[in-house]
Amino acid sequence: MGLGLYIHVPFCMGKCPYCDFYSVTPGEEAVDGYIKRTLELMAEYGRDCPYEVGTVYFGGGTPGLLGAKRLGELLESVLRSFPVAGGAEITCELNPAGLEAGFFRELKSAGFNRLSMGMQSADEGELRMLGRRHGPGDVERSVELARAAGFGNISLDLMLALPGSSPESLQGSIDFAARLSPEHISAYILKIEPGTPFASQGLQLPDDDSAADQYLLTVERLSRLGYSQYEISNFSRPGYESRHNLCYWQCGEYLGLGPAAHSFYKGRRFHWERDLNGYLRGEAPEDDGPGGSMGEFAMLNLRLSRGLIERECVLRFGGEGGEMFSRVRERALSLPGALIAAGPGKVAFTPEGFLVSNALLSRLLEGMI
Amino acid sequence: MDKSRIRNFSIVAHIDHGKSTLADRILEQTSAVPLREMEDQLLDNMDLERERGITIKAHAVTLVYTAKDGLDYVFNLIDTPGHVDFNYEVSRSLAACEGAVLVVDSSQGIEAQTLANTYLAVDAGLEIVPVVNKIDLISADPERVCQEIEDVIGIPAMDAPRISAKNGINIDEVMERVVKDIPPPQGDEGAPLKALIFDSYYDPYRGVIVYVRLKDGTVRTGDTIRMMATGGEFQVVECGFLRATSLEPAEALYAGEVGYIAASIKDVRQARVGDTVTLSERPAEEPLPGYRAVQPMVYCGIYPADGAHYTDLRDALEKLQLNDASLTFEPETSVALGFGFRCGFLGLLHMEIIQERLEREYNLDIITTAPSVVYKIKKTDGEELTIDNPTNYPDPATIAGAQEPITNAHIYSPAEYVGSIMELCQERRGTFMDMKYLDTDRVDIHYELPLNEIIYDFFDALKSRTRGYASFDYELLGYRESKLVKLDILLNGDTVDALSFILHADKAYPRARKMTEKLKENIPRQLFEVPIQACIGGKIIARETVKAMRKDVLAKCYGGDITRKKKLLEKQKEGKKRMRQLGTVEVPQEAFMAVLKLEE
Repeated sequence: MGLGLYIHVPFCMGKCPYCDFYSVTPGEEAVDGYIKRTLELMAEYGRDCPYEVGTVYFGGGTPGLLGAKRLGELLESVLRSFPVAGGAEITCELNPAGLEAGFFRELKSAGFNRLSMGMQSADEGELRMLGRRHGPGDVERSVELARAAGFGNISLDLMLALPGSSPESLQGSIDFAARLSPEHISAYILKIEPGTPFASQGLQLPDDDSAADQYLLTVERLSRLGYSQYEISNFSRPGYESRHNLCYWQCGEYLGLGPAAHSFYKGRRFHWERDLNGYLRGEAPEDDGPGGSMGEFAMLNLRLSRGLIERECVLRFGGEGGEMFSRVRERALSLPGALIAAGPGKVAFTPEGFLVSNALLSRLLEGMI
Repeated sequence: MDKSRIRNFSIVAHIDHGKSTLADRILEQTSAVPLREMEDQLLDNMDLERERGITIKAHAVTLVYTAKDGLDYVFNLIDTPGHVDFNYEVSRSLAACEGAVLVVDSSQGIEAQTLANTYLAVDAGLEIVPVVNKIDLISADPERVCQEIEDVIGIPAMDAPRISAKNGINIDEVMERVVKDIPPPQGDEGAPLKALIFDSYYDPYRGVIVYVRLKDGTVRTGDTIRMMATGGEFQVVECGFLRATSLEPAEALYAGEVGYIAASIKDVRQARVGDTVTLSERPAEEPLPGYRAVQPMVYCGIYPADGAHYTDLRDALEKLQLNDASLTFEPETSVALGFGFRCGFLGLLHMEIIQERLEREYNLDIITTAPSVVYKIKKTDGEELTIDNPTNYPDPATIAGAQEPITNAHIYSPAEYVGSIMELCQERRGTFMDMKYLDTDRVDIHYELPLNEIIYDFFDALKSRTRGYASFDYELLGYRESKLVKLDILLNGDTVDALSFILHADKAYPRARKMTEKLKENIPRQLFEVPIQACIGGKIIARETVKAMRKDVLAKCYGGDITRKKKLLEKQKEGKKRMRQLGTVEVPQEAFMAVLKLEE
């Protein structure tokens, strides 16, 4: 597993009311400054990067706002500064509104080979409620254009348990997405983050039981459509799992550049503050201490459908890893089998278990995190 | 001191009618306290007393007042506790006086508590000096209130001083009435010593300081005194007068006076309120009337929320007991709650006060179990048991008969609430005795009520049904045959001993239903379904289910930001600390408290 390289593009035209990722509205000066500072950091970190980069991911914010030219410029700098593996997965997140054929062609020729589009829903009303600036037609068109430009790996994001949603509206969105035949689908349960407009609006959210039902419906429906679950919220056709995200979940190292970007790099975790100006001024990232403990390793791997694997624990941590695994497995055996499967050499959550993964993790990893 | 210049009196009032404020003004005007030492409501020493506006313990102070006749008078002002749980203490404080100042709020009129305490004072043969307070309020109606005092209590009141204790208006008129209307004490200095103990407190350096009113005789430093009820003998190290902020030693105390005795007494239980102090060399033939060994009426388990604080809890209870002879405790263990104590109290308020003091003064996080009264149970083999703890309840098959304590209860209320009060009393298995109109609008409703129906939430229910206008007073009447059962609560099939309790069979079904419902509300969803069952013997009479938890997930791992996830797990760990693991079920501490308040 190579290093994951994450570039956070902190610009959006407006704030979606549910989103608490860091972004600001772009001004020309800020964008120029951001590009300049990011290029500097790439050069700086690239000079002594001991790892081969296996995946590159442009997330946001709205990376598409930078335009294909600047995205290409940034990617070119990545390729120039870091030892990027041949066949690396290079993803760009896109908002499926108003994108033109030329844009996709330019991205493709710059070296991007995977696109992740924030479709969220196929229901016009739900999209409006989410403050999205696109309609279902935009998604369809963007996927077509991307395909025409030669993109063979496309992911669509869906959101579950939206205010006013129903199993029917959800199924409509899933089926709409599947008809576009993406290689990968992410499906997140809406979570109201403190400080967002949604948090202060007193929304009528589906209760926990309905939200859980929607989630299980999604897992079941997507599986029937050929998308198997490999992580709590991620589904793909065989071989199209997001390699970049798998790097996070397998407790691999990654370097994140940009304000609010997080890193686990050379054994330490750190992040840049949620502050574009500080980033532009050249402020150093905030240290979060050492990373990659056994507890972290277990916590992250248990997000995956294949779960925590004994052999990998031993491989990474030696005898102690084996002991940790045994302890986790023993605890797992005392929990309901409908939530957690503790087979030989392996502990994994079922979809019902994923739904209560916080409660499960706090029991399985007590004293380890 | 010339006995004719002594006035021993207390102030009687309903909560908030201004008793403590008036006491403060009197202290101020007799210059008992330098102004800079004045703290509002000086006689209420405990934070808790100041906050709740009630007096929990009696206090006393000796003051000198220069009257308009130019003579100096000694005022012994004895403050009384203001709650039914402490009725006995009130009666002893009143027994130490010749008169009582009755304070009535001129906007509110007479309240139940006013009456209860006034009757105690009248019964004790005290001269009553009515005073109408809060005349500064716009809603004040002193004429009406004076008429009410005449009508209801039957004492002349039309010329009662109209005062504002808050603004210091007409306070000297009150003092003059005390001088003129309250008789000086009687008693023979040369007779054998008879001193009534009306309060005591523990001083860590000098042992118990006993507050006494001398009825006959003289006591001096060096005398050997004897407590006539408990039999203990002690040598007087010091005696003297009670000043507002200190003790003032004197050579001797004489008949008619109020003061303190320090005699290296190690334990307040050796100097019980109501006991008579005499001299061991020349003892009195008879003690003063009215002594009663106070028995706890209500018991509950008190446990530290964190088992590691068990010894802290024990130390705190020991310290509280130094000053509170009516508090009892002994160790007990619970499967659910671990190591704790079975504590006995005079009543519900006493229990609440001890709980609050443990939490506030000793900083302890505690869990209490449902209060229980003391039942008498006769077994088929003839053995007789007293049971104050459901854990000790015998196998129903071995029970021949059971008795429960019954109280004589009076509820004073505006007439419009009679219907809902009677309904409440019927619900609580009360037996209606009679009802008297105190005036055109106020009634005294007399019921016999089982004590165990009062101790849960009777006060709260009464207050809510009468919008706070009714007040309530009870005394223990005796024991009566009753059909009792023990109700057990099972969580996921396991009995939770801390939630068991004894109650009347007719009440078992509704209470079982409420308990299970309340527990369902308070037990968070777990990873599996949790049945909550209530049963008597082996028979399940109510059931609720806490559904399994469906959703508790951080669905998105934000661009590799795992600190968020870790924080979340840490928060869960914190939350878990406040949970009790009962078998397989995690129960928040609040659940134990919530089932004690079923009406809410």
